[in-house]
Amino acid sequence: MDMLLEALTSLLTFESMLTVLIGVSAGLFIGAMPGLTATMALAMLLPFTFSMEALQGLIALGAVYMGSIYGGAFTAILINTPGTPSSIATTFDGYPMARQGRAYEALAAATIASVVGGIVGVIFLLILAPPLARLAVAFGPSEMFWVAMLGLTLVASLSSDSLLKGLLGGCIGILLSTIGVSPVGGESRFTFGYPPLQGGIELIVALIGLFVIPELLTMSAEGRGALPDGGELRKKEVSIAKIARRIFSKPANLIRSCLIGQVIAIIPGAGGNVTSLVAYNEARRFSKEPKSFGKGNVDGVVASESSNNVMVAGSMVPLLTLGIPGAPPDAIILGVLLMHGLRPGLDLFTQSGVLTNGFILSMGLAALMLLPVGLLGGRVIHRVVIRTPYYFLVPSIAMVTILGTFALRNSMLDVGIMLLLGTAGYFLRLIGIQAAPIVLGLILGGIAEQGYVQTLMAAVVDPIPWLRLVRNPLSMVLAGLVVLGAATALVPMWLARKGLLDKVDDNDSGGSS
Amino acid sequence: MTFNYKTLALSVTAITAIGVAGLALAEYPEDTITYIIPFDPGGESDVTARFQEPVLEEVLGVSVNVTHRPGGGGAVAWSEFQNSAEPDGYEIIGVNIPHIIGQPIQRNDAGYTTDDWRIVTFFHSTPNALIVSDDSPYDTLEDLIEDAKENPEAITLGGSGTYSANHLDMLRFEQEADIDLTYIPFSGTGPLKGALEGGHIAGIFNYTMLGTEMADSVKVLAVAAEERVKALPDAPTFKEQGYDIVGGAYRGVAVPKDTPDDVVATLEEAFAEANRQITERQEPLGFVMEYITGDEVDEVMAMLREAYGPILEEAE
Repeated sequence: MDMLLEALTSLLTFESMLTVLIGVSAGLFIGAMPGLTATMALAMLLPFTFSMEALQGLIALGAVYMGSIYGGAFTAILINTPGTPSSIATTFDGYPMARQGRAYEALAAATIASVVGGIVGVIFLLILAPPLARLAVAFGPSEMFWVAMLGLTLVASLSSDSLLKGLLGGCIGILLSTIGVSPVGGESRFTFGYPPLQGGIELIVALIGLFVIPELLTMSAEGRGALPDGGELRKKEVSIAKIARRIFSKPANLIRSCLIGQVIAIIPGAGGNVTSLVAYNEARRFSKEPKSFGKGNVDGVVASESSNNVMVAGSMVPLLTLGIPGAPPDAIILGVLLMHGLRPGLDLFTQSGVLTNGFILSMGLAALMLLPVGLLGGRVIHRVVIRTPYYFLVPSIAMVTILGTFALRNSMLDVGIMLLLGTAGYFLRLIGIQAAPIVLGLILGGIAEQGYVQTLMAAVVDPIPWLRLVRNPLSMVLAGLVVLGAATALVPMWLARKGLLDKVDDNDSGGSS
Repeated sequence: MTFNYKTLALSVTAITAIGVAGLALAEYPEDTITYIIPFDPGGESDVTARFQEPVLEEVLGVSVNVTHRPGGGGAVAWSEFQNSAEPDGYEIIGVNIPHIIGQPIQRNDAGYTTDDWRIVTFFHSTPNALIVSDDSPYDTLEDLIEDAKENPEAITLGGSGTYSANHLDMLRFEQEADIDLTYIPFSGTGPLKGALEGGHIAGIFNYTMLGTEMADSVKVLAVAAEERVKALPDAPTFKEQGYDIVGGAYRGVAVPKDTPDDVVATLEEAFAEANRQITERQEPLGFVMEYITGDEVDEVMAMLREAYGPILEEAE
């Protein structure tokens, strides 16, 4: 408790407030740009935090994260194009509302839902993370192996429409993770006689390359000057108080969406797009008037936007305790923590507890800040986003990206790796292999390898060494979850093929081959 | 015209002369010094550099810029340094034993060699220590050795890295005591603590710092130093218990090979002064302050190369 109060005081300074305000605004701006995801927002703005202290840097990135997830709703509602993938489900009802002239109502509802979701996520993180961190020591080598396998199984099935392509992406990531000095054993691998490669592929470098460059290439390839001038933000049709009363008078939808958001957030690799789709689907299923969904029901917007903002802080539960990102943008936060010498686990909540709690609370502050920034600045941001031509945007982002990558380790090699992975990522995406499983593979591959080798090394005296992987109850449970995870990925696919599953959208392209 | 040429020639000569004189007279240092740490921020090397930085700036009178170039357990920065650093004393780099002894033996493409630079000084060492948790059945080193004799390879000891100071001295301990243990490498001190607390390993072969840090929950069975470490007065040394194992990690700083002697001397003094000023803060953490310079550097290198070399060659 003392630590929380101390963290709160460190947060209630002018500097921190300003950092949050700027972070939220910048995140909102980038998140609102179609194509520029939350991960990209974090990757792009990361270099600006290098000169900051650990806490300020984390506060800034937390705020950017919160702002960008919320920002995705703007274009989702106004021009039917989600600014970030996590706002996919917001378009289903948000855009019809805008067409009916209820754009302001939809945006206000999205804002209120985002604020509530953001704060709920922070509360979940505060309640769940410290006890889980205490349990983290129970995760020895064999347990970490299974956790990594679990993450890989789930991300493969959740982050792309095809299990096979998801797994393929994960494997590419694992292969990339083997470059450099091996985590156990210390021999150098796949350096091709080139000493600088001993350093391996830096996580953040890969993240920037895989998430930013393909998007820039896509934007240039589309050859559009700017976004279509779509819906407009008209005067207030209804007062905010009225919208808020409407949302809070029937809290079931909000509560359910937040819970769904939190549960999915903990699953490694499942990002905001999954939370928003599932929450939307459930909102429709539980609604008394399911037919009105898709035609401008405000509950659809609330479900999508509250659940994806819960994910912001909620996905950091596995990150801060075990070092496993709950959603792709968390991978950047992981990189920043490691850069400052902060290792996920119990130490984060004891030794550097003030810093960690300050970071967590700052995300709550960022969520609150969405209200004024979104409602007051929304109009300006909307205009800037719609008007900025791509031929200005793309080179600027490319420039920032290259400088930022170089600044990470003062290495031109990193810039080369970033551009190479980015270009490869573009072509991989064209054939349906997404960046998220690749990055998760890169992170989890090393963890899995280390856990596996350490377990087997300790088992030299056992008659059947690999049995040690499932020797204690916790690793047995985790191994069971891996099987279950694979099953949950395969069973719905089987059901879908039989036409038994009620799909949210009907673009089932038969990607289950 | 000739006059002009003459003037030109004269002035050029004059300027060159002044320039050379100026160069010879210029006191090192007069420009910013870059101090490269080949590891991530937050590690022991970085923490020490942060302690040293203000003192170095005060003594040398120029700003000292600590930068990080992590990768490959230090090898990325070291190979880059040996290939491209100028021998003018404005680029200095942290060096660690046994890394710079082990990596070139172990890897074909380490990209640097153990001797291709001039080591200014080793400013501290961190002796190895054998640590078990409080509820461990081993109360003394003898307990552990007895158990190891009955159950060869069954005792798992975690350490930081493969063929690191931890690993190498554990192998020496195995030879000295004629036992077989199982070494499990972890990626640094953080995960090691968790592994011991969670009961995933029987003990830790790591540095004295971890012993001081975890003082409330562990027993330090032996320390690999000549004499007892100030931060752990109750922990006996290996030597006291009849095993001749003195070793650990040494940290120091190096410059390119052809760096002038006076530059090296200036740096030596600056680092020695930094050591004196930060002793009070570093000793309680478990560091052992060292003032190893000149020929002593070669002696230490030779001593450890002799101790570790055969083990490494054998492993290769």
